[in-house]
Amino acid sequence: MNPKTKTFFSHAGVHTVLLIYTFIALFPTLLIVMNSLKARLSIFGAPLEPPLPSTFDLVGYQTVFSSAHFEQYFLNSLIVTIISLVLILGFGAMASFALAEYDFQTNPLLGIYLAIGIMVPIRLGTVSLLKMMVALGINNTLFALILVYVASGIPLAVFVLTAFFKTIPKELKDAGRIDGASEYRVFWLVLPLVRPALGTVAIFNMIPVWNDLWFPLILAPLESTKTVILGAEVFLGQFISDWNAVLAALTLAVLPILVLYIIFSRQLIRGLTQGAVK
Amino acid sequence: MTSMRKLNRKFPVHILVFLFPAVLIYTVFMIYPMIDSLRLSLFSSDAKNVVHWVGLENYRELLTDPTLSNRLWGALKNNLIFFVIHMCVQNPVGLLLAYLLSLKIRGSVVYRTLIFTPTVLSVVIVGFAWKLILSPLWGISSHIPLLNLMNLGVENSALITLSLISVWQYVGIPMMLFLASIIRIPEEFLEAARVDGANAWTIFWKIQFPLLLPTAGIVGVLTFVGNFNAFDLVYSAQGALAGPSFSTDLLGTFFYRTFFGFQLQGGNPYLGSAVAGIMLLIILVGVLIYLFGFQRRIENVEL
Repeated sequence: MNPKTKTFFSHAGVHTVLLIYTFIALFPTLLIVMNSLKARLSIFGAPLEPPLPSTFDLVGYQTVFSSAHFEQYFLNSLIVTIISLVLILGFGAMASFALAEYDFQTNPLLGIYLAIGIMVPIRLGTVSLLKMMVALGINNTLFALILVYVASGIPLAVFVLTAFFKTIPKELKDAGRIDGASEYRVFWLVLPLVRPALGTVAIFNMIPVWNDLWFPLILAPLESTKTVILGAEVFLGQFISDWNAVLAALTLAVLPILVLYIIFSRQLIRGLTQGAVK
Repeated sequence: MTSMRKLNRKFPVHILVFLFPAVLIYTVFMIYPMIDSLRLSLFSSDAKNVVHWVGLENYRELLTDPTLSNRLWGALKNNLIFFVIHMCVQNPVGLLLAYLLSLKIRGSVVYRTLIFTPTVLSVVIVGFAWKLILSPLWGISSHIPLLNLMNLGVENSALITLSLISVWQYVGIPMMLFLASIIRIPEEFLEAARVDGANAWTIFWKIQFPLLLPTAGIVGVLTFVGNFNAFDLVYSAQGALAGPSFSTDLLGTFFYRTFFGFQLQGGNPYLGSAVAGIMLLIILVGVLIYLFGFQRRIENVEL
């Protein structure tokens, strides 16, 4: 800190406030994960105690894996999230390149058209979406979910990526063109240059897609198409009185996204703080 | 220039190729369903399942049918309270945390990473985890002061409790956005004020805060859209009936019940579309107030 800065908090005061808040932020998750590894008696007897060798018990996880298809749910979530992200990034980058690079008549209008979806939530079109998926015969498939997530992910992707493509020096692209590269080849050449923005967009979309409950619940509620979140939701409802199982299911649903967050937190926070929204 | 010349020379097929997939999927699966839902809200089906045009009848029913209008106004009122609590707790706390993190104390990167963690978790999981933590069965809340005041099973505290859970989860977003704009304020501004003898309190309110207003506007509109579209938290913690006795019913859960049905009550897609139409109207009004009222007025203080 700048030594001349007089704040209304002392250094110790700042640390105290931040430490307390960090504790508040982490406490519930820690509590759940910790207790999921304990025997039933000590979950209730000493909920604030970490699992000890004497209280360690994996019975909750055994119940989860023997009575629900969590491997299947994980696979479904993974398929939906990865394919959606690849398509959002691919189609989003192509459209953004066109909007940033070419000066055609409807360009500004098209930009506004694509930006509408940033503010208006796709959920409000659910009634019609369900009708459409039924008519196409793809309700209760992961494909239906992917289509919805790609459609709702494109607006923000185009918004962020267009701004990034505009910052790429013209000389780079023209050098390629002089060498006789086609427009597609030029796009392919500059794509690696927007990699940081692609990372930001990927993380911004990954979290809501992985965590969504609404569309799996309405478009693909079958046992074979359940995502982790829907699977956990249904399981939690059925096993509500089996605390070991419930805590284990909660932990299993939280863990993948926590691991991804730990890996990508730098990139996510950089994206947020470098004005991806503005 | 090259591209311009090319444009004049021949029909720019490549532009279409670049735009086609994104525009197609977005139009078919986002814009069309939105418009089609509005269209469906003007229809109804009778006992024989024949669909016919009814104009604004669904909207009239929602606003005048005693049970339905009761639920609609109840959900709207709850949603407003939900929003006001976010504005009064989540965003000021986010601003305070952002300010503290901007002081560049040791370990601030670790703090902000950890404080942001709840935001990446699924709302469903968060809702259920808190339900367990606050459950009298587990008895954790009785060990911790303040937590024992939060009760999801009692009518007059359930909505406030749910709102605070949501605040707990999402405080990271205003924190990050405010932090980003505090960092962007040029050091010379603050230096000049310090030379004039201003203390940190004055510097914050006279210099930093006015410069943060555009961000406050974005935070406000994001909170508004998110809150009036909320569903998962109530559904996972309280169920589709948003109990106790509808005290936590939001527009999102009301929409779900109307459209999809619940327990013995069948769903009605046409009436459901009308609820979505009302939600769309509310969200559009919020966004337009932001765009034309807020953003325009603060343009002159922007950097």
